[in-house]
Amino acid sequence: MTVDGIENGIVLDHITAGKAMLVYKYLGLENLKSQVALIQNCSSKKMGRKDIVKISEAIDIDLDVLGYIDPGITVNYIKDGKRVEKKTLSLPETLTNVLRCRNPRCISSTEQELPQVFKIVDRKRALYRCAYCDTIVNAEEFK
Amino acid sequence: MEKNRSIINILDLSVDEVAHLVKTANDIEKNPEKYQERCAHKKLATLFYEPSTRTRLSFEAAMLELGGQTLGFAGAQNSSASKGESVADTIEVVSNYADIIAMRHPKEGAPVVAAAHTHVPFINAGDGGHFHPTQTLADILTIERTKETLSGLTIGLCGDLKFGRTVHSLIDAMLRYPDNKYILISPNELRLPEYELDKLRDAGASFEETKSLEDAIPKLDILYMTRVQKERFFNEEDYLRLKDTYVLTPEKLLTAKADMAILHPLPRVNEISVAVDKDPRAKYFYQTLCGKQMRMALILYLLGLD
Repeated sequence: MTVDGIENGIVLDHITAGKAMLVYKYLGLENLKSQVALIQNCSSKKMGRKDIVKISEAIDIDLDVLGYIDPGITVNYIKDGKRVEKKTLSLPETLTNVLRCRNPRCISSTEQELPQVFKIVDRKRALYRCAYCDTIVNAEEFK
Repeated sequence: MEKNRSIINILDLSVDEVAHLVKTANDIEKNPEKYQERCAHKKLATLFYEPSTRTRLSFEAAMLELGGQTLGFAGAQNSSASKGESVADTIEVVSNYADIIAMRHPKEGAPVVAAAHTHVPFINAGDGGHFHPTQTLADILTIERTKETLSGLTIGLCGDLKFGRTVHSLIDAMLRYPDNKYILISPNELRLPEYELDKLRDAGASFEETKSLEDAIPKLDILYMTRVQKERFFNEEDYLRLKDTYVLTPEKLLTAKADMAILHPLPRVNEISVAVDKDPRAKYFYQTLCGKQMRMALILYLLGLD
């Protein structure tokens, strides 16, 4: 299968196989008017199999959300057919409106307009702490 | 001091600041007249979204004894929260009416929201099962005055160690002083949560868990009793099964040290027999005096009037 390279835009590479749809959903790519290619199960020397997402527009990407979905993703910015910048990701320090606090006694359960803010406490185990009530959640459970 | 400093958790105050508050509270005890006009023309707002007679009266008494005035509400049904107003909006408004705010709210983390919106100093007067820093200040002053130290003590914590926020805050606070030992006395269902046990382990503190109050009592310098609180349970059956687990009686005190201090954040239901009240080791009513004096010291400190 052949998918054309892009002239201008962003290539999200090294996505763990099976997670491309999550990336698509969390970044809201369905709302774009430009071309988006979602390639699943490409062969990869490093990963065995991987997914790739190509976006033919230099959109503003929320790297925190992307890092949360899969910290192994590399973000390549393409201009005039050449890669001009490459970013690697890690789990973000703060996640806003990605996770939800499950503590029914938390203020965020009553006041729905409050942003759901979580701070990282353990990178290895992907644990985040609710900024309001300190409840610990595992970010993996939300994917 | 920042203009709108917020105290949400006891750890928002440094060890030096706590020592400063203890010193002020001791001076208030000795020279009350020196402080009786210190907060003249200042107003404390007490925003109590859930019932807490003692804490609210303690804050109000503290402000009145400093020559200040108080305004506020007791019970969400008496506030605009019943009309759906958010904590953020209430705090924005009340910041324009008062010089300092104390808030009790049933939802955990409500003070974080308040702190983000206040324009005046803000004190968390308890948020659900989460934090209650001025109770811990009361506990600290009581321990300091009765034992004349905050280190090298064997502290027994008894009852509801799972939901008991005062227990968690007291442990957090006492871990900052060296060589304290902790004996955690509770039924299995109300054991100290793992995250609090981790704090003890991380600090390298000596601690043990037991179900037997009788076994623990002879070792203790401080016995901190707690109530099994109905409002923390989702299931009434669990509450009924556990509420009478530990009851302190004069008989159980026979093996205790002569200078052990018995503390309780109050209100008591039946976990300390009324017969214990006459024992000179019972410090739980004295603790409320300490609480008022520490609240006075904190108000003064946050207003920059000490």
